[in-house]
Amino acid sequence: MNSKLKWGVLDVIVVVFALVPVLWIVSLSFKTTATLTDGNFIPREWTFDNYQLIFQTDQFVRALINSIGIALISTLIAVVLGTMAAYAISRLDFPGKSLLVGVSLLIAMFPQVSLVSPLFNIERNTGLFDTWPGLILPYITFALPLAIYTLSAFFKQIPWDLEKAAKMDGATQGEAFRKVIAPLAAPGVFTTAILVFIFCWNDFLFAISLTSTEQSRTVPVALSFFTGASQFEDPTGAISAAAVVITIPIILFVLFFQRRIVAGLTSGAVKG
Amino acid sequence: MADIVLDKVTKSYPDGTIAVHGIDLEIADGEFIILVGPSGCGKSTTLNMIAGLEDITSGELRIAGVRVNDKAPKDRDIAMVFQSYALYPNMTVRENMAFPLKLAKLPKAEIDKKVNDAAKVLELTDYLDRKPANLSGGQRQRVAMGRAIVRSPKAFLMDEPLSNLDAKLRVQMRTQVSRLQKQLGTTTVYVTHDQTEAMTLGDRVVVMRAGHIQQVGDPQTLYDNPVNLFVAGFIGSPSMNFLPATVEQGKLITPLGDLPIGARLQRMLAAGDAPKQLVLGIRPEHFEDAALVDEAQRAKGFEFTAPVDLIESMGSDKYVYFTLEGGAAAAADLEDLAADAGGADLPHDAANLVTRLSAESRLREGADAEVWLNLDKIHLFDPADGRNITLHEGRAAGVTAG
Repeated sequence: MNSKLKWGVLDVIVVVFALVPVLWIVSLSFKTTATLTDGNFIPREWTFDNYQLIFQTDQFVRALINSIGIALISTLIAVVLGTMAAYAISRLDFPGKSLLVGVSLLIAMFPQVSLVSPLFNIERNTGLFDTWPGLILPYITFALPLAIYTLSAFFKQIPWDLEKAAKMDGATQGEAFRKVIAPLAAPGVFTTAILVFIFCWNDFLFAISLTSTEQSRTVPVALSFFTGASQFEDPTGAISAAAVVITIPIILFVLFFQRRIVAGLTSGAVKG
Repeated sequence: MADIVLDKVTKSYPDGTIAVHGIDLEIADGEFIILVGPSGCGKSTTLNMIAGLEDITSGELRIAGVRVNDKAPKDRDIAMVFQSYALYPNMTVRENMAFPLKLAKLPKAEIDKKVNDAAKVLELTDYLDRKPANLSGGQRQRVAMGRAIVRSPKAFLMDEPLSNLDAKLRVQMRTQVSRLQKQLGTTTVYVTHDQTEAMTLGDRVVVMRAGHIQQVGDPQTLYDNPVNLFVAGFIGSPSMNFLPATVEQGKLITPLGDLPIGARLQRMLAAGDAPKQLVLGIRPEHFEDAALVDEAQRAKGFEFTAPVDLIESMGSDKYVYFTLEGGAAAAADLEDLAADAGGADLPHDAANLVTRLSAESRLREGADAEVWLNLDKIHLFDPADGRNITLHEGRAAGVTAG
């Protein structure tokens, strides 16, 4: 009982610590400019002006489209490539396997800051600077090790006998993968997709270094360029509203895929 | 349906280990053949090579007369039942069984009919819409069988399909497998490490050890005429008794006493290269309580007296255990057998004897017992290579044959 209470208190502290800043931002986004700094947690005057304002500015809408497009494309490519690579790593014994795993781990550990300047120069010279592919490429590069690691852990859990059985049942290697292994790896694929999407969605460093115009600027960067309608207007309310808006896709994404992440999907495959 | 021929099939791995050494085996159409042996003997590797799940390093594999070495498993038209069952957990029982038919692109009506027929045979009709996770071990095993039989393949391969079931269910499924195979008449290769399954199921049994075939034959032949110490010890439960024996002045000196030797064996053992140390093998049922053997029989056998250690009454017979002075038999083959049975660390300084006597026997624990043994049924092995030297033209002749 005593330890239950202790854990309960601890849980509450953690939840409050994590949620208060979020609720605060939500609260700010509904406040009018006049009451912004009144220190009240619950707005005294509710307003949707901030939301209307950000959707009226071309800057934000454009950035939102960029963010969604770039993150989705990066996630799709990283997950597809990662699935194939992870499958090969967990199932096959090929020359250079440990080298591949080592190099991908190296990339994941490389400080991104140190790569920004070279990438900037490379992209300037290759014409990728300030384009969608200019962001998608580095995102895939850094998301792939993550994807490969998460997915190979999932593939290793799938009994190899299932694949042998599929082959005996008349499936080609490709059919065995598509019809038996991939459906079983689905929870892993969706988990990986969520992680990669969040990584791409949240990135600020690459997005601010490798873009210069609205053409490819993503939301986290666009936020930092937010100013009020005029120089004398406080943009806090608008920034808060934008921050709330960009959290929504992540929540939707997680909710949508969470239903597919069913633990213990493989139970009953083998004796266990 | 088809015959399967293995022609000097060898499997070696890149690191140099050889799992299977040039196996020759002809499996007739419709035959039920068992590959049996201790773990690591190459039986599963052999099965996987027939299935196409492992490459054949050298030699040739023919199914229905066609070389299939380089064919993918799906082009060999054989079905396999795995030890782990390997059911697809995301599919229902019906989908599991229909999977091979769907891959073969059969029309839907035909798939339904075949699945329903197979389900009826295996008594799975009520479970067709369940997922494997909601089935018992025995039901999962039957689904695995069902997935194999729906296709009517050329051959079935079974890799220890019953070893995950509990003892009672295993016996039940054993008869079901046997009945199913007779009913379908499909060539079947069955791998097991359980000698009881090997004896009861197969038309022929292949005993393997360390990648070599030791002996191929019908179960009774293997039991009565084992070619070597390994086969003799592996087949039969309780297993054959092994005792040390030496030849001296035309007699066989053993812990049981001095046994007479017949003329043929005399000549053989008199040869210069004949081994002086031998291993004597006697099956438990070739002993009998001397009081229950009639006079005529008694004269043909040999009698000895020893104190009874332990009696286990099985109802139909009694297992009577003796400890004999004079040490246990030693041979490399025996150590292998003991290691497989998990008894490698049992004391070896005294010879243990298991006898299977009639239930009417009145022997008592602790008391001395007069035991008769059938001299026609005993085997002598050369400890150096394990060869059965009592085998004459393929049949065990006992030690007294002229």
